[in-house]
Amino acid sequence: MFLINCPYCGERDQQEFKAGGEAHIERPKQPTELSDDEWAEYLFMRKNIKGVQFERWNHAHGCRKWFNMVRDTSTDDIKAIYKMGEKPPTQ
Amino acid sequence: MTKNLRVKSSEYIDETSRISFKFNGKTYHGFKGDTLASALLANNVHLVGRSFKYHRPRGIMTSGSEEPNAIVQINPGTNRTEPNVRATEVEIYEGLEASSQNCWPSVEFDIGGINNFLSPFLPAGFYYKTFMWPASFWEKYEFFIRHSAGLGKSPTSSDPDIYDHRNIHCDVLVIGAGISGILAAKNAAKNNFKTLLVDEKNELGGLTVYENNEFNKIDNKTPSEWLKKEIEELKVIKNLEIKTRTSVAAYHQYNYLLARENLTDHLEAKDKTNKIRQRLLKIRAKKVILATGALERPLIFNNNDRPGIMLSSAIKKYSEFYGVACGSKNIFFTNNDSAYESAMSLYNKGINVEAIIDIREQSESKIVKKVKEAGIKVYWSHTIVDTTGYKRLNSVSIMKLSNDGTSVTGSKISISCDCLGVAGGWTPAVHLYTQSGSKLKFDEEIKAFLPNQNTSEQISVGSCGGDFKIDEIIKNLNQKLKDTLNINETDLDNIKVEIDQENSKRNIWLLPSDKPLGKTKPFVDYQNDATAKDIKLALREGFRSIEHVKRYTTTGMGTDQGKLGNMHALGIIADTAGVKMGELGTTTFRPPYTPLTFGTIVGRNVGKFFDIFRRTPMNDWHLENKAEFENVGQWKRAWYYPINGETMHQAVQRESKAARESAGILDASTLGKIDIQGSDASEFLNRVYTNAWSKLAIGKCRYGLMLNEDGMVYDDGVTTRLGENHYIMTTTTGGAANVLGKLEDYLQTEWPELDVYLTSVTDHYATASLCGPNSKKILKKIIPDLDLSDENFPHMSFKEAKIGNVQCRIMRISFTGELSFEINVQASYGKHLWEKCIEAGKEFNITPYGTETMHLLRAEKGFIIVGQDTDGTMTPIDLQMDWIVSKKKYDFIGKRSLYRSDTMREDRKQLVGLLTEDPNVVLEEGAQIVSELNQSPVEMLGHVTSSYFSPNLKKSIALAVVRGGKDMIGKQLFVPMESKNINVTVANPVFYDEKNERLNA
Ligand SMILES: [Zn+2]
Repeated sequence: MFLINCPYCGERDQQEFKAGGEAHIERPKQPTELSDDEWAEYLFMRKNIKGVQFERWNHAHGCRKWFNMVRDTSTDDIKAIYKMGEKPPTQ
Repeated sequence: MTKNLRVKSSEYIDETSRISFKFNGKTYHGFKGDTLASALLANNVHLVGRSFKYHRPRGIMTSGSEEPNAIVQINPGTNRTEPNVRATEVEIYEGLEASSQNCWPSVEFDIGGINNFLSPFLPAGFYYKTFMWPASFWEKYEFFIRHSAGLGKSPTSSDPDIYDHRNIHCDVLVIGAGISGILAAKNAAKNNFKTLLVDEKNELGGLTVYENNEFNKIDNKTPSEWLKKEIEELKVIKNLEIKTRTSVAAYHQYNYLLARENLTDHLEAKDKTNKIRQRLLKIRAKKVILATGALERPLIFNNNDRPGIMLSSAIKKYSEFYGVACGSKNIFFTNNDSAYESAMSLYNKGINVEAIIDIREQSESKIVKKVKEAGIKVYWSHTIVDTTGYKRLNSVSIMKLSNDGTSVTGSKISISCDCLGVAGGWTPAVHLYTQSGSKLKFDEEIKAFLPNQNTSEQISVGSCGGDFKIDEIIKNLNQKLKDTLNINETDLDNIKVEIDQENSKRNIWLLPSDKPLGKTKPFVDYQNDATAKDIKLALREGFRSIEHVKRYTTTGMGTDQGKLGNMHALGIIADTAGVKMGELGTTTFRPPYTPLTFGTIVGRNVGKFFDIFRRTPMNDWHLENKAEFENVGQWKRAWYYPINGETMHQAVQRESKAARESAGILDASTLGKIDIQGSDASEFLNRVYTNAWSKLAIGKCRYGLMLNEDGMVYDDGVTTRLGENHYIMTTTTGGAANVLGKLEDYLQTEWPELDVYLTSVTDHYATASLCGPNSKKILKKIIPDLDLSDENFPHMSFKEAKIGNVQCRIMRISFTGELSFEINVQASYGKHLWEKCIEAGKEFNITPYGTETMHLLRAEKGFIIVGQDTDGTMTPIDLQMDWIVSKKKYDFIGKRSLYRSDTMREDRKQLVGLLTEDPNVVLEEGAQIVSELNQSPVEMLGHVTSSYFSPNLKKSIALAVVRGGKDMIGKQLFVPMESKNINVTVANPVFYDEKNERLNA
């Protein structure tokens, strides 16, 4: 059970949060211009890394804000948390 | 058989309060302070159970939670009965009853014991090898396996006890109240850390509190005397909370731990009532100090499992702590000095010790000399090669060990005895440490795994950290405390410690016998009857991974998770395979450390508190009018309103007719409602719905379909434009929270530039839906001032009005195909609104209808229900709802996916209507649809999604999804059922009023 430092509320128990999958996948601005393969790449393809992974999380039972998290999936060590729109930290 | 083995009084046993209890139907006596195990041993009862596979007689082996054998059923036949309880952990009380498990008809005479003689035929993997063939016999095998397996009996009536959960936040959590835990907690609390100290036992002090080796001294006192003084001092320290009878079950990441606090299990039945039995503590600690101690290891030798064979440390505890002699002719078998401490403990109490058998060549420590001076015979370089005694040990045979420890030489000596204490060294209790995700490292010196890489803020102190001698413990504890608490001085700085000299060690995982291994039974896992032989067999059959060997032989798979024998299993594997133990890795210790009852896990969430439920403001009216309810998400919705003993079918038929013929009323308060405001609200709706929203006039309503990005229908509902920048969206009842979450996601992450604000107002409004040709007349009676003409208030429009002083929002929208008005008021006026409508509707026979009738009415119209007629694989095109998908809009959520080659296939499953050949036959929802009956394998074309008998059409109707169904209108298909095949015809899904004339009736 993680202790997650919501950038808006502070440290809260994991059960208040919802994981939202891989971060930094931008919705294409002009979907109609994309081939089926390109659209499928956006729609379906997600990384499943053993190690450092960039993820989206939502403080669903709190401020309802989305934010980003850098987490080592093998140790569950949370390396960084930053707001939507902010630049990911460089490793 | 029964004789009193209580020796010299102990301060932990209150001999003034005698307690009677029953074990296997027989009455015994013990004292307050006894465990079931100590009281039985005092009565000379060792035989307490039968082993799992061979049904061999087994006795009490330990004095703690690691007990593999003494597994009992508590209070059998009562509603408080509990299986799989360790007798070593049960504190006795007046009226306690317990019985052995895994034996039939009795522990003394056990039919399954025949397996013991069949054991050559029951090797490792026996179950896998034998019961797999022939496959059809599995059910018969399973019956016998389950029947003879000793898993105890669960209670058959509901649990009378109360359980509770509590959240605890602390600076420092100390687990284990032995010497290390007590000193750690004391120093943490003294330095203003909010500290919680927990221990699974009912008394503080761990092993040291009865440590009376005269050669070990702390500040010139015996460790026992010294520690008792420290425990006294704990009581007056601020910032420190102490919880005994509290066992930490799980240690998760980020220092989140679960512990079970046992509050009433040690009380008599009359004192248990109306009290919380157990409390699950959910602890979040800034720092965790693990002081979980070490578990003594047995030795693995031939027939090492007879009743009377115990851990040396347990014999010492029973003698020192409980004042009980475990036998009258005691022998110890050891590879280290600790058995000599146990022997002296017995000797000093006047209990006979016959001999000590030591696999080492010698030891020079003072305690060993003392034992020799006491006249106790020591056999150096000897090992036990066999034991005798079926239900109780009566002798051991010993022989001289070869120099390399792999064989025995010389002649056999037999020694008669009734109790044997085995001492195989100590294994640090690192179970919780590894659960936290931290990593172990094998230590060749002590032949055990030690904490190595910590993942959270934690330290391991005392013997669980690899320090076994008091001087090491105090020195290392002191430094670790200073480092982790960031303090400069502690109580421990000036403690003076004297200890007996270091002893020599000799470790042999599997001790040899004069018989070949195949003819011996050296048990490694007592509970699951796994022997060293089984482990070697597994290796011969090609198993290499420790996890595989464990599962194949069932070593470590019992309720004790192999706390005693896991290290030996690893050692035997390493020796046999010729690898280093450190390279094998260790098996995973999973939570819980000791079993938890379901009651503790669920806490107060039982019965009506099992799950949260939501009721509408009109709920009381539904109850008063005898509605039946159905669960929709967390909501309790009125399902139908039976009158005069109607069946559900009868009630629904009546309600459905009334709604179309005169007037019906539905409680629609549960529909999700999202208030949308902001200058970009219209643009936002354009992007989330498939149809166009920019041109919707203020005061108008529009139905919308929402897709996932994959093009599949996600939710639907009517949205009304209340003002220039203000909309109210309705969602399905079940989808409300997810829709809000999804919309927030897009707003925050993809379109942060949009000026839009979303607020859930589902609970703020109550909604009554008035429906039927007379609904306008009823509404007119309630709100006479409002112009309800089609010109002023047409279908798909909205008005604000007042019912008396109550402000309301009225939408003229319809989910039934009838003229309908949805009236929304502030939730607190919901019942008032409802009663007004009922009152005004009386002359029109207004009929309240529930969700079932609503579903029937909309099915007559072919309106879909998201989640019933769709399942996350249906596009709007599949649903024949092309009309709602805007061709002009450049983009909306899911649009691009509608043009993927897969979503454009002609043979996708499509929504159609089905009519049965016999109009009285109603299809089953979920029934499969085929076009050929005599095909094999038969090709499934789709399934029925909604099916009803329509009272308005006087025939059965159904909606279904059928592959390529759009082009099958008029075609005959079949619905094969168990009893018969039903002929159906594909039809247009709109069965009733295709031209929508009734909306303006
Ligand atoms: Zn937050």
